[in-house]
Amino acid sequence: MGTTLLILSVFLACAVEAVEALTIVLAAGTSRDWRSALTGVGAGLLVLAAIVAALGPALTVIPIGALRLLVGGLLLIFGLQWLSKAILRAAGRKALHDEAQIYARHTAAARAADRDSRFAVPDWYAFTLSFKGVLLEGLEVAFIVVTFGASQGSIGLAVLGAAAAIVLVAGVGVAVRGPLARVPENTMKFAVGILLTTFGMFWGAEGAGAHWPSADASIPVLLAFTALVSLTAMAILRRTNSGPNPPAEHTVAIEVS
Amino acid sequence: MRFLRSFLRFWYNFIVGDDWTVAAGVILTLAATAVLAHAHVPAWWLLPVAVVVILAQSLIRTARTSR
Repeated sequence: MGTTLLILSVFLACAVEAVEALTIVLAAGTSRDWRSALTGVGAGLLVLAAIVAALGPALTVIPIGALRLLVGGLLLIFGLQWLSKAILRAAGRKALHDEAQIYARHTAAARAADRDSRFAVPDWYAFTLSFKGVLLEGLEVAFIVVTFGASQGSIGLAVLGAAAAIVLVAGVGVAVRGPLARVPENTMKFAVGILLTTFGMFWGAEGAGAHWPSADASIPVLLAFTALVSLTAMAILRRTNSGPNPPAEHTVAIEVS
Repeated sequence: MRFLRSFLRFWYNFIVGDDWTVAAGVILTLAATAVLAHAHVPAWWLLPVAVVVILAQSLIRTARTSR
């Protein structure tokens, strides 16, 4: 149960971020230079892999109680933030993430920028845009991979879940040759928020020295509880939302210099 | 100095995000759970209750400011 949920959590979190990174890479590649954009992707993935490779073994040195307290706290903070934004978006209180608009915006900005060659990279703008897109979108996933994996004692499985998501999103992106605007991003973020919050509560309490009444069997109960609370909050916000839905969100702040 | 400030701001934004009350609420609840657990008082219920409170206040706060 724990392993399945671990892989599912990492897979969903990574898939959502990969969809957002794909939009940026596609904008850099189609409007500028594919070779530079893909070099940026490679460099970004290398940095993320180095972070996982360095932090993963370092975390396993920490005593399990302290590790679970730290990981539980981080997962709770991340999970509640993902959940809060997903609930507000689902209730029409916050703009939905629109990949098609983000793609159009990045493409327009990329076409307007000057061409500059540095360090054997033909187009520095395309490289930097892709690199920053992959690194910024992937950093949170790298943290989720490391913290989840270290707490469950299976960083390898967490990496596998993340890699499967990257391969799937990249494969679909190549097939579609455009931003994945139809992916139900908010539903996926909602699910990730519920999973991170559930594991955050479970590990956080154990790390603080508390004991769950049914040990590991408490996880599905916590999962159902978090889902129920989130769905109730969404229903209440939807009912009290009288104004028009905000326009789609189309800004991702990536400065290229 | 400028680099250090940018570096710290990046990690603050990355971990704390745009609602500091969530991070503060989580840290306070974990501390309270540890205090209760070390006093041999059952404390497993505190985090689920805190999740409801923290999520509700974060949603109300954001919904109010977005109007």
